[in-house]
Amino acid sequence: MLESQDLQAIRALIAKAKRWDAFFGVLGILSLMVGVLTFSALFVDMAIQGIPRLDGNFFINFPSRRAENAGILSAWVGTVLVMFVTALAAVPLGVAAGVYLEEYAPKNWMTDIIEINITNLAGVPSIVYGLLALGLFVYQFGFGQSILSAGLTLALLILPVVIVATRESIRAIPQMIREGSYACGATNWQTVRDHILPYSSAGILTGIIIGMARAIGETAPIITIGALTFIAFLPNAPFAGDPPAGLFDWLFSPFTVMPIQMFNWTSRPEAAFQVNAAAAGFVLVLMTLLMNGAAIWLRYHLRKNIKW
Amino acid sequence: MSASTIVTLPLNQSLDLQVSDRLRKKASRHMKERVIEFLLFGAALISVFTTLAIVYVLVSESWVFFQHVPLKDFLFDTQWTPLFDDAHYGIMVLLSGTLTSSAVALMVALPLGTIIAVYLSEFAPFKVREISKPFLELLGGVPTIVYGYFALVFLTPLLQKIYPDLPGFNLLSAGLVMGVMIIPYVASLSEDAMRAVPMSLREGSYAMGATRLQTSLRVVVPAATSGIASAYILGISRAVGETMILAVAAGMQPNLTFNPADSGATITSYIVQVALGDLPHGSIGYQTIFAAGLTLMLMTLMFNLLGYWLRKRFREVY
Repeated sequence: MLESQDLQAIRALIAKAKRWDAFFGVLGILSLMVGVLTFSALFVDMAIQGIPRLDGNFFINFPSRRAENAGILSAWVGTVLVMFVTALAAVPLGVAAGVYLEEYAPKNWMTDIIEINITNLAGVPSIVYGLLALGLFVYQFGFGQSILSAGLTLALLILPVVIVATRESIRAIPQMIREGSYACGATNWQTVRDHILPYSSAGILTGIIIGMARAIGETAPIITIGALTFIAFLPNAPFAGDPPAGLFDWLFSPFTVMPIQMFNWTSRPEAAFQVNAAAAGFVLVLMTLLMNGAAIWLRYHLRKNIKW
Repeated sequence: MSASTIVTLPLNQSLDLQVSDRLRKKASRHMKERVIEFLLFGAALISVFTTLAIVYVLVSESWVFFQHVPLKDFLFDTQWTPLFDDAHYGIMVLLSGTLTSSAVALMVALPLGTIIAVYLSEFAPFKVREISKPFLELLGGVPTIVYGYFALVFLTPLLQKIYPDLPGFNLLSAGLVMGVMIIPYVASLSEDAMRAVPMSLREGSYAMGATRLQTSLRVVVPAATSGIASAYILGISRAVGETMILAVAAGMQPNLTFNPADSGATITSYIVQVALGDLPHGSIGYQTIFAAGLTLMLMTLMFNLLGYWLRKRFREVY
């Protein structure tokens, strides 16, 4: 009699706990839905507002005081050029630093300092990089408010991303690969060049894409170095114009980029400019989604294919 | 005998030649290795230089600022009007905006992020997790200016329907959107920490008759505290350092307020505002952005140190 009462009490207790389980399962899905819904609302709202504005002219017109004539030509050209400088600086430096830390670095205080630094830099707000660039690149080095300054700023910003990705994919290579290479008489660098880098390249590429996707959307540091918001000309192409421009003149040209163009339109009160902002934002979101999607796809296939 | 010397001499010579040749080759190979190692080391040092340069720029430019404005005024003045004739430099005003918007964002991001992390790590079927994680990553990759636009033209009008007195620029909708932006960071890092908890702990708990939720909350979460703490700290740093959402949707009037329904300026949005204007380099108004940046940097540094301490304090080793 007593025993069956106990059994019932225990069953009731477990049933109650299970109800909480089910409740939490629903709560988890609902929380996920907050993210999903926000993203869908953002994407759909921007698409509805912006897509009608996305004709060919939008891409080949300069910004204008008249909303219906305005386009993103100088913005997307600026973004492409800045990204080019960023990639040129961040990729070699980031990969080299990652290789050093994984394959060369001795275990000493210097290495510890470098590692702590990289972790901390990843947490520094992006606008602080803007202030750094303003003080260093724009005024100390005299690069001015140029494509070069912006590209280098964003390169510093995404350097931790590239370094961390490089290190992770190098760490995934089993030790026996290195041992095999050394056993054949290869030096440290030969091992890195012929084995480590080729085998980790897909993982490194993933990190680079994610870093670049982040750089494309960064607005604050570029505004801080003083990029102009209204640019109705393109940087000089090398050897074009009269007198002919030098090969690197475009590096020092004033510029604008996609997110700044969008910010400029967003901060205007007229509704017509808000539509332009939605269109520019849609292009921007599409670009970052494509890049991040490519990175995710790459990582997924990588995980499936590599069998050491 | 003489014949043998005649034969061996050239042989010896050629051997000598080969050895010295190989030694020279080895030396040059060694040299090349050292040069490459040095170059790679230089690349790794860039991160140290970046930190030093940040500190140098912020401190040296703020130094000029603090020679004009006493530190006491900077910390305790209740007005922030550096661009007016009657200039006041009370950082408290900007701090209040930063703290208010961050508080709103964290009230969204920390609970939701933790729930999502527990759900994905302990409850969700494999398929759901495989789809959700990349999706969260995409959510975190959306440019913040786009989130700012969304807060201004979508969320604020929506909130105004519920609460008609809400001004067009307010900290509330900026903070809410910022919270959604931070969810992926908190969720993804916390989930990693929870997944790292060894299976044997869960099995022990299940064997005692605990349900999933009991196991999650009483075994897995306590065991993963240090990782979850780092995730929270990262979320806080993101909230404090976020710029564009606030610059677009919160207005840029400096208000000493802790009411999210007001408009307000934050440290970050003030920097953007000055950078957009045409203050000459070297003027005191211009120097304020470095003092503001230094304050921001010190705040994030404080959170990083706190995170470091928490990780040490709650680290569980299995």
